[in-house]
Order: sequence, then structure tokens, then C-alpha cells
Amino acid sequence: MSTEALRVENIAKRFGALTALRDVNLRLDQGEVLGLIGDNGAGKSTLIKILCGFHKPDEGRIFVEGEEVALRSVEHARQVGIDTVYQDLALVNELSVYHNMFLNREKVRWPLLNNRLMRRLAKQHLDDMGVNIGDVSIEVAKLSGGQRQAIAVARSVYSDARILLLDEPLAAMGAKEGSLILDLISDLKARGTVSIIIIAHNYAQVLQVCDRVNVLQHGEITFDKPTSQTSQQELTDLVVAEYRAGRAARAANNRRSKP
Amino acid sequence: MSDTIARTATPDAAEPEPPRRARRVLRTATDAFLRRREASVLLVAIGLVVYFQASTPIFLSTDNLRNIAQATAPTAIVAVGIVLLLVSGEIDVSVGMVAALAPYLMHYAIDFYSIPAIPAILLALAIAAGIGFVNGFITIRLRVPSFVTTLGTFYLLYGVLLTTSHAYPVAIPEPTKGNIQTWLGAGDWATLAWCLLIVAIFHVVLTQTRWGLHTISVGGNPLGATEAGIRATRVKTGNFMIVSVLGAFAGLLEAFRINSIDPNIGGGTPITFTAIAAAVIGGTALAGGSGTVIGALLGMLVLAELQNGFNLLGISANSFFLIQGIAILVSMIANQYLSRLRRAGRT
Repeated sequence: MSTEALRVENIAKRFGALTALRDVNLRLDQGEVLGLIGDNGAGKSTLIKILCGFHKPDEGRIFVEGEEVALRSVEHARQVGIDTVYQDLALVNELSVYHNMFLNREKVRWPLLNNRLMRRLAKQHLDDMGVNIGDVSIEVAKLSGGQRQAIAVARSVYSDARILLLDEPLAAMGAKEGSLILDLISDLKARGTVSIIIIAHNYAQVLQVCDRVNVLQHGEITFDKPTSQTSQQELTDLVVAEYRAGRAARAANNRRSKP
Repeated sequence: MSDTIARTATPDAAEPEPPRRARRVLRTATDAFLRRREASVLLVAIGLVVYFQASTPIFLSTDNLRNIAQATAPTAIVAVGIVLLLVSGEIDVSVGMVAALAPYLMHYAIDFYSIPAIPAILLALAIAAGIGFVNGFITIRLRVPSFVTTLGTFYLLYGVLLTTSHAYPVAIPEPTKGNIQTWLGAGDWATLAWCLLIVAIFHVVLTQTRWGLHTISVGGNPLGATEAGIRATRVKTGNFMIVSVLGAFAGLLEAFRINSIDPNIGGGTPITFTAIAAAVIGGTALAGGSGTVIGALLGMLVLAELQNGFNLLGISANSFFLIQGIAILVSMIANQYLSRLRRAGRT
């Protein structure tokens, strides 16, 4: 369990005058589920976009399974085994489940799509993962939020991702839908073939499945503990304290600017 | 279309015993048919045939069918391209001007630069592809909305057309007369044959190839498609080029058919707008993500039938536009309503 899947050292990223990430250090072990928590504007999405190859960091280094990589593009990140399930899921509503499963990795019998093969493989794989949606030819638009999320996760796993970034996998999801996803993550953890980073700002649900929790604040990781040694209360206090400090600072600023 | 229906219907109907099976096949086939977006347009097209044939018996005569075919084909070819582009989330209003310009390009190449007929035709198509590329480049790289981009190129091309041709019609170049002219439009059913071939090819492209899937994806979920690693720029630019080339091809067909190259006939605004109307009536959404090539052909057929039938009945051509306007509005409203209905019918 202690071999390293991903290590990030001193990552910094600025957009003009805005410093999104100051100095991020992070480590993900093989088969581990890491919860990455941060409030809005803490730099979560920038960090994901760097790890998935969308943005290039201004500074810092990324190691995948011990080897340094300079991620050139989303496709390159995927080649080295990092795949992301975005909040918007990158599913195309107008396409069938199996077409979405193979989006941009379509099975082809040139020049045509090999729909029969994709349908069969998609069904097989979803069954394997315990995702039950019945007919894989159905349009994604007709599925529920939880089912859509499950398909997006299944798609990443199917593409041989070894490091999976889940961006707010439980956002805007009911309890029942949410537990579908948490079960799926637990299953993946039990298999041990993928390492997962769950990015979330609702940590209550995340704690159930994570081995370790990191907190991202103002572009830095300020907190790193195994889940067993922390509690929801501690995390709440941490975030609330930050919020209070921020409010106090703003108030002070306002007082200063008003004559 | 019938084979697609059959294919979607068979997997469900494999198990039950013979007598009930036949009924079930029929029912799933009917269901599948009604669920298809082209269904309503096809019914309208058939309804119009019945109505016009009942009112005037020459409607289905060979001569008149040829008229309808010739009115349908070139615009339907343009509409095919428009469908692809609309599905990918963009629009091209300059395509009619490409259609008007292409025969002139061929004429310049043959009569001024002594290029042989076939290379000259290919050159005209290649230049059209270049125009499509520029439309795509300005729209995607320079982030100008495609309506505005192509409105600009529309006027630009119009200017090029009028200044280079001095707004005078010219004769079909001598070297193209004979076989080339017959095959490329002048033959009785040539334009229809090309139209059906192009519709068939692009129906397959849109529904059965990666290109089609990616076209739907960049139109349906632009951000998601990019996140999945689909190169939206390439897909959209490619579709701009396809529209332009199809526009040029339709323009060439028309020039050969009417045996004259004329800046005011064959191309221009009417073909653009009629093609967009056909696509929209055929069930293609302007917002991107969904549309059908066969629907566009049927949409164009409906418009051609209306115009032709009105002529035969002696109804003023002016009121045709009234009907076309109503047809666009009704089909758009129906589309909105139906897609909401389809979404609501989720399991």
C-alpha cells in the first residue's frame, strides 16, 4: 500500500495578477482514496486542471509512479494514466450510453463505428462494476444524475486510468444517488487497481470513503491526516476558522477604506 | 430509412413465438418509426403528395416529378452540409454565395487560364473548401460568432463575384459540354442522383462514424467534448469546409443544369435560407447536438412539393412564402414540444 501513485511538488500557478496555487505538495499512494477539500476559490479546480494536463504549472514537478512527467495535454495525461471525471461529467446527452462510454476512444471498423462491439463491451463493463442501467443504447439524457456519474466513473476506469480525479462527484445529488457513487468508489478501492483523489467541498460524505484527507487553502495544502485521525468536526472548524478570519480581514479592510 | 427501422426493431423481437411475434415486430417498428425525428416530416411529405395528386392529376407525372426533383436536389445538398454544421453548433449563411461563385471559378480557370475541365472543377471545389476553412478559422480561433463571420464572408464573396464577373452571366465553358455537363447536372435525373448519393453518404457519416459522433459531441456538450479530448476546432472547421464544398458542388450542378452561369440564379441568399429552412423543418436543432440528414432531405422535399403544387394549382407564388414561414415556425414549435416530451418520457 505504500508505493506511490502520484506525487506533486511545489506546484504554483498564476493567472495574471491572481495567484491560484502558491505551493502545493501532495502525495497519493497506490490504491489509496484521498479526499481533497477546499472552499470555493481555494484553487481546487486549478489543481485538477493541472493534474489532468489542461493547464501547465508555472512551477513545480509532477511524478507519476515515481517518474517525473511534464503533462502536455489532456490526452498525454490520460496516456500516463491520469483521468478526470469532471463535475459536468463530459457526457453528451444526445448520445447513447455506450457511445459516451467510448467517447473519443471509439471502436472502429474503418470507416464505420463498431457499434455492436462497443455495445457489448459497455454492457459487460458496467455489469462488472455493478452499475445497473439496463439498456446501454438509451440516450444519456434519460438517466438520473447518479447513473450519469456512475457512467462517467466507469468510463474512466475502463480507459485503464490508474489515477482517477473525481471533481465533486456528489455535488447536487440526493442521498440515494450519492450512496450509489460511494459504493462504486468503495468497490474500486477494494480492487486496489486505481488510486483516487476526490475533490469536494462537502466533506461529510467524502469521509466515509477516504483513507486520507487534505485541505487546500489559499493555494496551499494546509492539512494532511488519515481519515481515522480526524473528524468532521475538526474539518468544519478548520474551514469555518478560515471563513471567520477572511471575514474579519475584509471587515478591517472596509473600515480602513471608509474615512 | 426503412433498414434503420428494421435494425432497431429486431433485437427486442427475437424471442416470442411466431404469430405474436409478427405483431410485436410491427408494433416495435411503429414505435421506432414514430420516435424517429424524420417521421413527422415524412408524413407531411406524403400527405402533400396525396393532396396535390388529388387536386391535380399531373402532380405525379414524370415531367412534374422531375421538376420537383430538380427543385429539391441542389438545395438539399446544401442542407446536408448545413445539418452537419448546425449539429456541431455553428451556422453558415455564406454558403449560397459559395454556390454562386463556384461556377465562375470554374469558368475563370477554364476560359482564362486554360485549365482542363475536371481539374478546373476540382479547383473550384478546393477553393470552396478554403473559404470554409477561413470561416472556421475566424469563428473558432478568432472567436467571432459564426453567424457574423459568415455574414461577413457572404458580402465579401458577393463583392468578389460581382466585381470579377461584372455581374454578367456567362456561358458554360466549352470543354465541359457533353459528358461532364450531362453527368454533373444537365441529365434528367443527374441532380437527384447526386443528391441521394450525398444524403446517403452523410447520413452514414453523421450516424455511423467517429466524425459524426464527434460532430454531435461538440455541438451537444462543447466543454465536455473538449474534456474528453475531442478536438472541437478540427471538427467544426471540417464541417465548415464540408458545407462550403457541398455548396460549391450544388452551384456547379445548377449551372450545368440551367446551362448558364449567372450571378443571380442558382446561388445566393435563397439557397442558403431555403437550405436552413429545410434542415430546421427536418428536425435539426439550431442549438447543436441533434439533427438528421434524411430529415433535411424530407424538409426540402416538403418545401419543393409546396412550391410546385401551388404552381400547378395556380395559387400565387407570393403566398408560398407565407406557407414556408408557417412551416418553419410550426416545425420549430413542434420540435421544442417533442423534445420536451421525449425528455419527460425518461425511465
